[in-house]
Formats: sequence, structure tokens, C-alpha cells
Amino acid sequence: MKVVKILKQHPWTVGVGALFSIFMLGSLHTGFAPGEAIGRNFLSFLGQMLRVLPCVFILIGLFDVWVKTETVEKHLGHGSGLLSYVWAVLLAGTTVGGLHVVLPVAHALYVKRAKLSVVLAFLSAAGICRVPMTLFEASFLGWRFTCIRFAVSLPLVVLFSAVIGWWFDRRRYRLPDVDEITTDKTEAESGKGVDLSMTGVS
Amino acid sequence: MLILYIITVLLLGLSLLASPRKTGRALQIALRRFLRIAPAFLGMLMMVAVALYLVPDHVLVQVLARENKWIAVGSALGFGSASIMPGFIAFPLCGILLDRGALYMVLSAFSTTLMMVGVATFPMERTYLGTRLALCRNAVSFIIATLVAIATGLFFGELP
Repeated sequence: MKVVKILKQHPWTVGVGALFSIFMLGSLHTGFAPGEAIGRNFLSFLGQMLRVLPCVFILIGLFDVWVKTETVEKHLGHGSGLLSYVWAVLLAGTTVGGLHVVLPVAHALYVKRAKLSVVLAFLSAAGICRVPMTLFEASFLGWRFTCIRFAVSLPLVVLFSAVIGWWFDRRRYRLPDVDEITTDKTEAESGKGVDLSMTGVS
Repeated sequence: MLILYIITVLLLGLSLLASPRKTGRALQIALRRFLRIAPAFLGMLMMVAVALYLVPDHVLVQVLARENKWIAVGSALGFGSASIMPGFIAFPLCGILLDRGALYMVLSAFSTTLMMVGVATFPMERTYLGTRLALCRNAVSFIIATLVAIATGLFFGELP
């Protein structure tokens, strides 16, 4: 039942997926070389993603359960100052994977009432200064290149994120409710006593 | 990669010690979130698989290491936006491009759009941010990438 419901919400993916599977099966059957190459690409990407994603989602789940909304709101929410952007950039530096991996994390931050501009800064900064990526970049293109790229892009990211965040906030824009997380809220409140000891660790 | 596993296992263990009930709920949340996004995710992977076949490495080298720097930067911005690849493929590729005579500003345009602008990830981004915000974020990231490319060009003396 649940699977059917999810599939119904993504008619495009289901359609493309069906076409893709037919194409793959056809290519395998007839030995159509481009089809086989595309299939190999797909499987190698899928493999890479499946190695990272379980960890990321488990970490998000732990974040959801242990980190209190007030903590995030205080440091990254409305009323938090310029320092919140520094946090956003530093947090972004510790992430792995690409935009597709960071998006759920950004959304989780937003659900915990980080302000929109900080969430956007986090998302875009994750594309620039992830630590493992930076090591690759510097070793192949030189530290000079990396330094310039950081020095120019990070301030721009923060500036533009602040502007977009302000603009969308003013129009009372809300991010879509991806996980219907609001239904958990009452549940989360029940175990509040233990939270205090863990906020520092998480 | 390994460090991600270590951190996950460590935190999961800590959480389990502190409260098995909450840990169970965390895992439930993780699974539910994963299932919610899985379809959009598979869609993205299929697009990338096809795109990577259509634009193999040697075509990229041909286009990005061209004489005319503006055409090279323009196509770098385009290619970078349209494709996504993990950093451990992208930067070695940039290294190859550099050896073949690509300018630093071209590589800057390519790597920045590659990581910040995502046409292939757009369906996924839309699910999380909503169409308008996702469009806006990508457009602005594109502008930032262009500015960064120009700055890189100025710094390396590739622009007059």
C-alpha cells in the first residue's frame, strides 16, 4: 500500500524508470553496446550512493531524535547573527557526497527551525568546501587555485543566500513538508529528559 | 569514506547506550526519509548514467581545452551545470584538462558549476526546496560560478 502511494507521487520517475528498465533489458538481450555502457554507469553510481546514503540517513535520524529544536534555532535560527553563516559553512565542510546527499540534511536543519538563508548557505557552501573534495582539488589544481576559489565564492554564497532567504521569508515561503515530520513532534517531546546530556555530543 | 562509517557507528552506539527506544525511532525516521526520496534519487541516477554516456571524457577535453577562452568558459559553465560527478572523478579530470592546456578560469567555471548547479539533481532539489526556491538557488549559483571564474582568470593573469 505504502509503496503504491509513494509511486503515485512520482509519476515521472515511474515512467522514466519503466522506459529505462525496458531499454536495459532490451540492450542486454540484443547486446546493444551503448545500452550496456549506460547500464554499467548506472550500476556503478548506484553502488557508490548505496555506500554513502545509509550512513547519511542514519545520522539524520539521530540528529532528528537527539538535537533539540531550540539548540538549532538559537544558533542558526531567526535572530542568530553573522556567526550562523560561519557555522553553516563549517558544517558544510564536514559533509560528504554531492548536492543530492546534502539536500536531506539541509531539510532536516530547516525542520529544526534553522532560518532559510542559513540553510541555503549550507547547501551551496557544501558544493564548495567539503573537506575531502578540497584535498582532491588542491592536489590536482594547486592550493593557489583552491584559495582563490574559496576566497571569492564563499562570501558571495553567504551574501546571496542572505538576500534570497530574506526575499523568500518576506513572502512567507515554506519548504515543502517532505517527511510529514510534524506528526512526530508530540512523540519527540515525550523523551525530553534525556536530551540535555546528549546535545553537546551531537 | 571510512571516517563516515566510523562516525556513524560511534554515534549510533552512543545513542543506543543512552536510549535504545530513541535510537529505534531514529532508525525509523532514517528509513522513512530514505524511502520518500528514493524514487527521485533513482531518476537522477538514470539521467546521470545516460548523460555520462553521451558526453565521454575525451569530448570534454576537446571542448574545454580550446583556443577561444570565452567559448571554453561558456561551455565549461554549461557542462558543469548539466552533469554531476563525484569529486574524486571530477578533480582528476580537471587535472587532465589542465595538462591538455585548459585555462584555470575554465576549470574554475567547470568545477564550481559541477558542484553547485545541478540540472540532473533538480527534480530532487525541487522535492526538498520547492520549485521556485530551487530555481532561484541554481540561477544564483550559476552567477556565482561565473564571477568566480572571472576572478580566477584575473588572478592567474589569463584575462587582460
